[in-house]
Amino acid sequence: MTDVLMPALSPTMEEGTLSKWHVKVGAKVSAGDVIAEIETDKATMEVEAVDDGVIEEILVPEGSEDVKVNTPIARLRGEGEAGGAKPAPKAEAKPEPAAKEPSGDPEKKGPAEAKADRPEGEGPAAVRPAAEPLKDPELPEGARMIRQTVRDALRDAMAEEMRRDETVFLMGEEVAQYQGAYKVSRDLLQEFGDRRVVDTPITEHGFAGLGVGASMAGLKPIVEFMTWNFAMQAIDQIINSAAKTNYMSGGQIRCPVVFRGPNGAAARVAAQHSQDYSAWYAHVPGLKVVAPYDAADAKGLLKAAIRDPNPVVFLEHEMLYGQEFDVPEVDDWVVPLGKAKIRREGDGVTLVAHSRMVGLALKAAEELAADGIDAEVIDLRTLRPLDHETVVESVKKTNRLVTVEEGWGPMGVGAEVIARVIEHAFDWLDAPPARVHQEDVPLPYAANLEALSLPSVERIVKAAKAVSYRG
Amino acid sequence: MARARQAAKAEASNEAPERAAGKDELLKYYRDMLLIRRFEERAGQLYGMGLIGGFCHLYIGQEAIAVGVQAIKQDGDQVITGYRDHGHMLACGMDPREVMAELTGRAGGSSKGKGGSMHMFSTEADFYGGHGIVGAQVSLGTGLAFANRYRGNGKVTFVYFGDGAANQGQVYESFNMAELWSLPAVYIIENNQYAMGTAIQRSSAETRLFRRGASFRIPGEEVDGMDVLAVRDAAAKAAEHARSGEGPYILEMKTYRYRGHSMSDPAKYRTREEVEEVRKTRDPIDHLRELLEARGFADEAALREIDSEVKAIVADAAEFARTSPEPDPSELYTDVYVEAAQ
Repeated sequence: MTDVLMPALSPTMEEGTLSKWHVKVGAKVSAGDVIAEIETDKATMEVEAVDDGVIEEILVPEGSEDVKVNTPIARLRGEGEAGGAKPAPKAEAKPEPAAKEPSGDPEKKGPAEAKADRPEGEGPAAVRPAAEPLKDPELPEGARMIRQTVRDALRDAMAEEMRRDETVFLMGEEVAQYQGAYKVSRDLLQEFGDRRVVDTPITEHGFAGLGVGASMAGLKPIVEFMTWNFAMQAIDQIINSAAKTNYMSGGQIRCPVVFRGPNGAAARVAAQHSQDYSAWYAHVPGLKVVAPYDAADAKGLLKAAIRDPNPVVFLEHEMLYGQEFDVPEVDDWVVPLGKAKIRREGDGVTLVAHSRMVGLALKAAEELAADGIDAEVIDLRTLRPLDHETVVESVKKTNRLVTVEEGWGPMGVGAEVIARVIEHAFDWLDAPPARVHQEDVPLPYAANLEALSLPSVERIVKAAKAVSYRG
Repeated sequence: MARARQAAKAEASNEAPERAAGKDELLKYYRDMLLIRRFEERAGQLYGMGLIGGFCHLYIGQEAIAVGVQAIKQDGDQVITGYRDHGHMLACGMDPREVMAELTGRAGGSSKGKGGSMHMFSTEADFYGGHGIVGAQVSLGTGLAFANRYRGNGKVTFVYFGDGAANQGQVYESFNMAELWSLPAVYIIENNQYAMGTAIQRSSAETRLFRRGASFRIPGEEVDGMDVLAVRDAAAKAAEHARSGEGPYILEMKTYRYRGHSMSDPAKYRTREEVEEVRKTRDPIDHLRELLEARGFADEAALREIDSEVKAIVADAAEFARTSPEPDPSELYTDVYVEAAQ
């Protein structure tokens, strides 16, 4: 004997009207036959027989209102079962609707109970302690440094990884024959051919999804966006597909894809082509987000990103592509993701920056030094996972904090850094932290307004002096 | 509407050739289709009992498509689809217990309860999801096909989507790249005539979806998606085209879903008579049952036996899904990242 239960039309439905019975007691029904209709103020739905059999008893009459979900509404006698078997339990047999609360199935938990199972102390901001502290590779004695642009360092990183691993390939607009819109992929087509250096149509949504799909099949795509501004067309694939699939598949399907390209404000290209996406992507669990400043980090972090089994958003900066820095001349320069770098030591104030803003912060530190303020400059390098320990340790020493970012302030990287410092080093702060960021407007085109909108050395100096109570 | 369907049906049956199929094959298709139907009916029931939450999109009525395509799929060929995915998973050979337990959000589910109805995967079964964003699977599937071509492994990707997804922009971005690069993709449009509550005539300027690849030079054809043998034969032809390096192929499967878009669909956009008419005249399982009997491959007793076998599998899956424990709270933070093994 099977009970036919009052079904729910939606997760929020608690009761409904049993508006019609299509069958009578004694009727023979097959699985899938419509036997009744129920309705709520929002919808109507047919109740189907879940099994073959004969309607033994109708427990809730047609027209009953407020029938609670999961109340037995009829009893079905299976084929071969004897008729008039044991009577239905008293409470359930009552024809009056709403006679009974929904059954307390011990297997079923409401949302409130489920929430209570959350592990304690594991807040969203919790970071697992690394087994070993991350650090940059040690340079061998007498290792030579070569001067290299950020552009060439990125190119070398891709070339080295493509030589090392046959599953690595590069795709994007103008990456092959044109040699890269910003020449970052110069000579890669010549070395690796058009199977592995793939010019795409102008079709960001499509090729981002294609890249994620190829990574699900085990390849390691590097998907270049001509600029990150155009990746807005593709952000669904980056977040909904790349970032979430490992989790949603219970660890079965990985997406080892790198999305890279220039991010942030270039010069005089106005609002649609000048946006910093650091905070956007760093918000999303499942992604790693990297934003290097100098050439050595650009190379070492990109190599690490390509090798990482997770989807990585790699934010470059057009204004840095042509800048030269020292890069260690070693065989395999790989910088671990997730570790900030102290660019300048000091004990007066902590300046936290990433990408191009590191350069501004370093200049500001020089000016501050002239005024007797010894600034420590921290380059975050990786925004997710965020190495707040390095910042916290610094603040415990300097007791003052200024964050610098090219993006907008509200809900930004600086806001997150400051929140973590307050969580972990509140008592060490001697002044409220300050944020330097883009003004809260779309980036204007006019040269003077553009300059007013973006962070500057001057504004960093001013903020550092303010938190030092020095006018 | 009803008249148009009748006409389409008449056209299809005029052309329908006597399709070759042995007894064992036909019986297997019958069993697999019946398994999907009974499974989905039970899923609907568990949803009604509150054991399945959120969205739950049932495949009832469309069974011939997943089963027909699976019949010609080779090992290593990949399958990817949208959110109406339970049928494809069962056709691919995923364990009904794991699928049902994922629906109930339990530890025994194929994604450990973290994916739910729309997000299941099985690399063993070559099944790449289960995707909840309409149309996303088309770009992703094109990427799987890209990987096949990159590796030169001779494998084909079957990319399923519906008449609703057929209006998404990334579908055409994908078509363009697939043809441009001769990717081995078979695009299978399951045209069940309604994108949620919007009839295809109300959403689509070109309702003959097999023609949607024409501007990319992708060949396409219309198939009676209620006839498992028609599906199988069309899929074989399309897969051969893709496998031989000729590039993608589009199959528009004319089908119908009996249930609402999801469980909470009031279905006010179509008449009950319309649904009844399809159930009575075009049901893919009834159709195959008649064929089995006409060819003398199975009598009532044999069919009844399949019926009880399927029923037992589904009952067992439902019991497993009901009793499997909820995921351990420690699973909350697992699988967010793959631990780097460098």
